[in-house]
Amino acid sequence: MSTTIPILRLGPVLLISVQVELQDATAEALQQDILEQLEQTDADAVVIDISGLDVVDSFIARVLTDTASMARLLAARCVIVGMKPEVAMVLLEMGLVLPELETALDVRAGLLRLGYALRRVAGEVEGGRA
Amino acid sequence: MTQHRVAIGNEQDVVAARQLVRSVAADEQFSLLARTRLATAVSELARNIVRYAGGSGQMEVECVREGGRSGIRCVFTDRGPGIADVDLAMQEGFSTGRSLGQGLPGARRLVDQLSIESEVGVGTQITIVAWR
Repeated sequence: MSTTIPILRLGPVLLISVQVELQDATAEALQQDILEQLEQTDADAVVIDISGLDVVDSFIARVLTDTASMARLLAARCVIVGMKPEVAMVLLEMGLVLPELETALDVRAGLLRLGYALRRVAGEVEGGRA
Repeated sequence: MTQHRVAIGNEQDVVAARQLVRSVAADEQFSLLARTRLATAVSELARNIVRYAGGSGQMEVECVREGGRSGIRCVFTDRGPGIADVDLAMQEGFSTGRSLGQGLPGARRLVDQLSIESEVGVGTQITIVAWR
């Protein structure tokens, strides 16, 4: 059985955090889910956090680049964030430079790259503390 | 000397194979980068068995010593269709399946030694060694 990776909606941004060992079927299902959300909602940006991945092999790299390309065809932008340094080095050593992949160091930087910023709203917010 | 064996039959076994080799490499005090290299190479080779050999294979992991150095040897054995042209399969961008064609050449770049014995209709054995 493969697990399902949840997609969080932050307004126009789809936020995905991969915190499990990624099986091929899980990765492909995630790609499908992202594309469906892009089609069915007004989301125009995708941030995929892969800080939980210890290994990114050529298949997972392929799924990530394909997802970004498909998102672009659906008029959305996709940024991969949180890649571990050793993962980046191994991809490079394998010859996978992935120039088509937009990256940022963390979720916050990824959002900024897409033109969104986390901002504190001044004053009290009903039902919570501002 | 420590020896482990995992059956490789499906995608879940690919995850199990790379987890096993990462923990063995950690026990052998491989650096984080060296562990990641080896686990990535194992992931590529294990997936090849699932994809191209109908998932009828196994991986054996063994710690090896030679002179003053220590390393890890992984032997992947399958009873798949075999590789008709090993040189071609080692070329980047060559793929008979749906992939980047980076699996085998990518794995080779990540380890110190990689050797292939293959016979069409019989199966394939790929041996990799990574020195610490």
